[in-house]
Amino acid sequence: MQLNDSPAAQRILQPVRASTILVSFAVALLLNFLPWKSVLLVPDFVALVLCFWCIRQPRLVGLGAAWVLGLLTDVGNGVLMGQHGLAYALLAFAALSLSRRVLWFSLWGQALHVAGLLVFAQAVSALVRMMAGAEFPGLTIVVGPLIGALLWPFVTTLLLMPQRRPTEVDETRAI
Amino acid sequence: MEHTPPPFFSRGPAPLVRLAFFATLSLALLVLDARFRYTEQLRSVLALAVYPLQVLASLPSELGERVGGYFSIQSQLREENVDLRARLLGASQDAQRFESARAEADELRRLIGAGEHMKLEATPAEILYNGRDPYARKVVIGKGGNHGVRAGSPVIDESGVIGQVTRAHALASEVTLLTDKDQAIPVQVVRNGLRAVAFGAGASGMLELRFMAANAEIQNGDKLVTSGIDGTYPAGLPVATVARVERDAAYAFARIVCQPAAGVESGRYVLVLKNEPGKVALPEDDAPAKKKTRARKPRRKEGDATE
Repeated sequence: MQLNDSPAAQRILQPVRASTILVSFAVALLLNFLPWKSVLLVPDFVALVLCFWCIRQPRLVGLGAAWVLGLLTDVGNGVLMGQHGLAYALLAFAALSLSRRVLWFSLWGQALHVAGLLVFAQAVSALVRMMAGAEFPGLTIVVGPLIGALLWPFVTTLLLMPQRRPTEVDETRAI
Repeated sequence: MEHTPPPFFSRGPAPLVRLAFFATLSLALLVLDARFRYTEQLRSVLALAVYPLQVLASLPSELGERVGGYFSIQSQLREENVDLRARLLGASQDAQRFESARAEADELRRLIGAGEHMKLEATPAEILYNGRDPYARKVVIGKGGNHGVRAGSPVIDESGVIGQVTRAHALASEVTLLTDKDQAIPVQVVRNGLRAVAFGAGASGMLELRFMAANAEIQNGDKLVTSGIDGTYPAGLPVATVARVERDAAYAFARIVCQPAAGVESGRYVLVLKNEPGKVALPEDDAPAKKKTRARKPRRKEGDATE
């Protein structure tokens, strides 16, 4: 794995397919629905994948997709409608506006940006819950986003794989 | 004339405009849901969309269980079998006595003119996953309105009450556990018939009896069962055991912490009881309002409990 993945150093990627994006979102939702033992330590995979596509494909994935994913998350978890909708929309907006900057950093530099974004989304969602009458659950809620940020290099490698495949290998090519 | 970019550069509204649009939409939904609960239709449609993912998500643990079952040792199985037989024997004895006792109790109730006990019908269900929400205690079970599960039905496991269905979708439903901060259940002390309301204590996984006078007759180890006076929970289901009683002269109320009897936060299989509202006559005026605000507005509930 090449750690310096800035545009200057990266290979030319193939255009992304819509199916890749859809499947990645479905898998992220699935991971969120797995029966985890301790919810606080598990990163929000949907937010992470959303962050990834907003940074990599700001023209394809944006606020609309974020909002719909947020509603699906809300319904799946049985929380207030719009709680994750709002959090993901704000997250997508922040990721879109950072998208030109983030990719110039190394993967761990990008992860640092992503940590900020994920903590921000978690904070929005916590704020909404507290406005609706819940108690502050303690600072452990930032652990999940931080673990999510640690996963960033792996997520990047994994989700870029479909775009790295050669279309057709030309055996007779000179170089 | 105003300058506009050629159409092939057009990207729709500016990001900030979109953000304002979606944020407003989310806030509107939040208010509609939290204050008026108008979004149930939309919620049940979206719930159908997520259902396949929810079922898929419960597959790995099921698969693991099956693989584990395949590799279990024969001696272990035989031991388990013997144990189960012994338990079955005990249970069938209890069941025989229960039948005659129930007939007798019904006869007596008829004599004193009290209504008959609710007949219980149960739907077995599997817990699909825990709600991913650190602020509430909820689980999602794999049975919904299509299987006869209704919002408000009590949910039990083999050793006691674990919670109540708070939202029934077509194929899955949400169960709020007893330990949720906003969940309340009417209970009765087995030893002396003292009535109380148990509230969830949140993260600690315990229950609390609030608004019990400091000199209330209650002690460590007292068993609490449902009192059945609310018409939602049938009477006599085990709920909790009193674990700690703190009486402080500075406060009017005692602080009573109870350990739930059932595996509220563990276990995978539960029974959803069919409750039949209307069997128990509630006071006319504010009964529907009370029922609706059960889980939502604990403050009003607290006021009721002190009366």
